[in-house]
Amino acid sequence: MPRIIASLVGAAFVFVLGLALFGTAKTAIQEPAAESAEHVFHLHPENIGLSSNGFFGKFDNQQLQRGFQVYKEVCAACHSLKYVAFRDLAKIGYSEPEVKAIANQWVIEQPSINPETGEAATRKNVASDHFPSPFANEVAARAANNNALPPDLSLMTKARHDGANYVHALITGYRNQPAELLKEFPGSKTPEGLHYNPYFANLNIAMPPPLTSDGQVTYSDGTKATKDQMARDVAAFLTWTAEPNLNARHAAGVAAALFLLIFCFLAWGAYQNVWRDVKH
Amino acid sequence: MSFPWAKHYEPKQPLMRWLDEKLPLPRLVYNAVGAGYPVPRNLNYFWNFGVLAGAALAIQIVTGIVLAMHYAANAGVAFGSVESIMRDVNAGWFLRYAHANGASMFLLVVYVHIGRGLYYGSYKAPREMVWLLGVVIFLLMMATAFMGYVLPWGQMSFWGAQVITGFFSAIPLVGEPIRVWLLGGFAPDNAALNRFFSLHYLLPFVIAGVIILHIWALHIPGSNNPTGVEVKGEQDTVPFHPYYTAKDGVGVGVFLLIFALLIFFSPNLLGHPDNYIEANPLSTPAHIVPEWYFLPFYAILKSFTANFILDAKLWGVLAMFGSILLLFFLPWLDTSPVRSANYRPKYRIFLGILLVDILVLGYVGGAEANARNVILGQIASAYYFAHFLIILPWVARSERPRPLPNSITEAVLAKHGGTSIAHSAAQA
Repeated sequence: MPRIIASLVGAAFVFVLGLALFGTAKTAIQEPAAESAEHVFHLHPENIGLSSNGFFGKFDNQQLQRGFQVYKEVCAACHSLKYVAFRDLAKIGYSEPEVKAIANQWVIEQPSINPETGEAATRKNVASDHFPSPFANEVAARAANNNALPPDLSLMTKARHDGANYVHALITGYRNQPAELLKEFPGSKTPEGLHYNPYFANLNIAMPPPLTSDGQVTYSDGTKATKDQMARDVAAFLTWTAEPNLNARHAAGVAAALFLLIFCFLAWGAYQNVWRDVKH
Repeated sequence: MSFPWAKHYEPKQPLMRWLDEKLPLPRLVYNAVGAGYPVPRNLNYFWNFGVLAGAALAIQIVTGIVLAMHYAANAGVAFGSVESIMRDVNAGWFLRYAHANGASMFLLVVYVHIGRGLYYGSYKAPREMVWLLGVVIFLLMMATAFMGYVLPWGQMSFWGAQVITGFFSAIPLVGEPIRVWLLGGFAPDNAALNRFFSLHYLLPFVIAGVIILHIWALHIPGSNNPTGVEVKGEQDTVPFHPYYTAKDGVGVGVFLLIFALLIFFSPNLLGHPDNYIEANPLSTPAHIVPEWYFLPFYAILKSFTANFILDAKLWGVLAMFGSILLLFFLPWLDTSPVRSANYRPKYRIFLGILLVDILVLGYVGGAEANARNVILGQIASAYYFAHFLIILPWVARSERPRPLPNSITEAVLAKHGGTSIAHSAAQA
C-alpha cells in the first residue's frame, strides 16, 4: 500500500513536469528566444597576470603605489573607497610621515562639526580616517553624474566576476559602437550620455572613459604611464583594497598546506601500522 | 547496546576510577567512539565522512562563536562589520573565510555521507531511526546555512532571503500573512536579519544534539558495512579505537588539506561576487542564485512552470520540499532485503543515473534559464521523483540480487585471495 501511494505521488509530480515540459517546448518552438546585443557583443576580459596571483603570489608594492596614484589623481574624483583607511597605506610601503602627509593633503576633507558652534563643517584627514567620499550623499553623487551613482571601489575586484582583469578590461575597453551591432540590432544604439564598452554587462556604461591619454599621471618611479599600464596598476591597487591581507593569507596557506601534507603522511603511516595484522 | 564481545571500560588510573564512579563520562566516550564500540572490519573510506561531518560542525561552531563576537546583526552596519572583521580583526579574514568555506565543506561531506547511506542501504532495518535523524540533521543544516548566508547582508543575502521567504507566499490564502510574520516586515530588513542571526546561532547546537541521538541510534544495531551483511561474530569486527580512529585520522588530514587550499588560495571560489555588494532593496541582481549546495533543489523549484489544479509556484515549492521530505519514507519505499547496492545489479544502475541526475540539476540550478536548460531541468526533476517514488519501490521485484557472502570475514578473506565459499553457499 505505501508503495502504491508513493507511486501515485511520484506519478503526479512526473505528470505535472511533463505538462511543464510540453509548455516550455511549445513556447521555445513558437517564439524562439531572440538574440540580444548584450549576448552577442559582450566580451570577456583577458588575463593581466598580476603578481598577487598563484599560490606564492605577493603584491608588488611599487605597482600598488602607482595604482594608488592613479586612484588619487583619476578615480577619486568620483569614486569613494570607504572601507580603506589612510593608515592602511602603510601596508603598501608608505612610511608613517608619508601616510600622514597623504591624509593631510587629501583634497576632500572629512565631514565634521565646528567645535564652537556645532554647525556642519569639514576638517583635514588624519591617518586613522577612512577615505572620504567625494560626494556628500547619493543624491549629490547622482546629480553630478547624469543620474548615475559611481560605486564604492573598496571591494570592486571581489564584487565582479574576474575582478582585476575586469577592471583593467573595462577602463581600457571603450570604443565606438561597432557598425555590425547596429546593423544586427538597430534598436540597441548606445543612448545619449552613455558610453559603449563591450566589457560592461549591458554594453553601455555611464562612466565616461577615465583614462584618456598616455601620461595622464606622472609616475615617480620612471614607469611609462601608458593607458594600459595605468589600468593594470589601478587594477592591482583595487585587488589590494579588496583583499588587503592577501600576502599573509598566501604565506599562511603555504605553511598550512605543508603542515597538513606531513600530517597526512604521518596519519597514513599510523593507519598502516595499526592495521598491519588485520585483513580488511 | 553493542555486541557481547565489546571491550569494557576498566580504568587503571586511580583518578579515572574515582571519576568513573562519580560520573561515568569517560566510560560513555569509551563505549561511543573508543575501544568499547566494535565496528565491522571491512569499512571503506566512505565511512570516514560521518566523522568528517562532525569535525566540520565543530569547526563551524568554533569559528562562528568568535565571528559572533565581532559581527553586528543590524541591517545598517552588518555589511560594514563583516568588512571590519576582514580588515581589522586579528586573523579575522581567516575566521570568516574558514566559516564561509566551512559551510561548503560541511555540506559536501554530508552529501557524500548521505550518498554512502543510499548506496549501501544504511537506511534499512534495523537502522531506520539513524536515517530519520540524519534527514532531520540535514534539514536543520539547510536552514542554518541559508540563514548564515543572509548575515553578511550583501546583495545575494538580501535577495536570497527575499526568494526563500517568498516560498511561504505560495501557500493559498494564509501564505502572505505567514511570510510577513516570519520576516517581521514586508521585505527582509532589520527584524529578519536579527531573528536569522539568533536562529543561526541556536540551530548548530540543536544539530549537535540531534547528532548525539543519531550516534546513539547507530550504536544499537552497530555500523553497516560495504557488504550490507550483519555482523555475525567477534571475528567480523575490530574496536573503533585504535582501528577506525587511525583511519579517520587519514580522512581528517585529507579533509583539512582540501579545506585549507580553499581558505588560503581560493576563498571566494564558491561564493558569488554580488555578495560583496551591500544589500540594496531597490536593485535586483541580474541572476539570483543560491549557494552551490542548494542548486539541485532550486532547479526542481524552477522546473514547475505549468499551472495544473494548483499554481505553478505552489507546485514548485511543494516539489522542492517534497524532494527532501520523501527521504523520510525511504526505509519503507525500498523493499529489497539486500542492503548493499554492490549486490543489486539493477538498483545500482538507477542509483548511478540518480547521481548524474542530481549533478545535472545542480548545473541547471545555477545556469541561465533558457529553453534548453529549463527542459533539461524538467527531465532531471522528473527522474528524481520517479527514482524515489516509482522505481525504488518496485525495482526489487524484478531484480535478482548477486549472492551475498555468508559473513563479513568471509568477504574480506575472499578479497584477499582466500577460498571463495561465498559463491556456492549464498546462492539464494
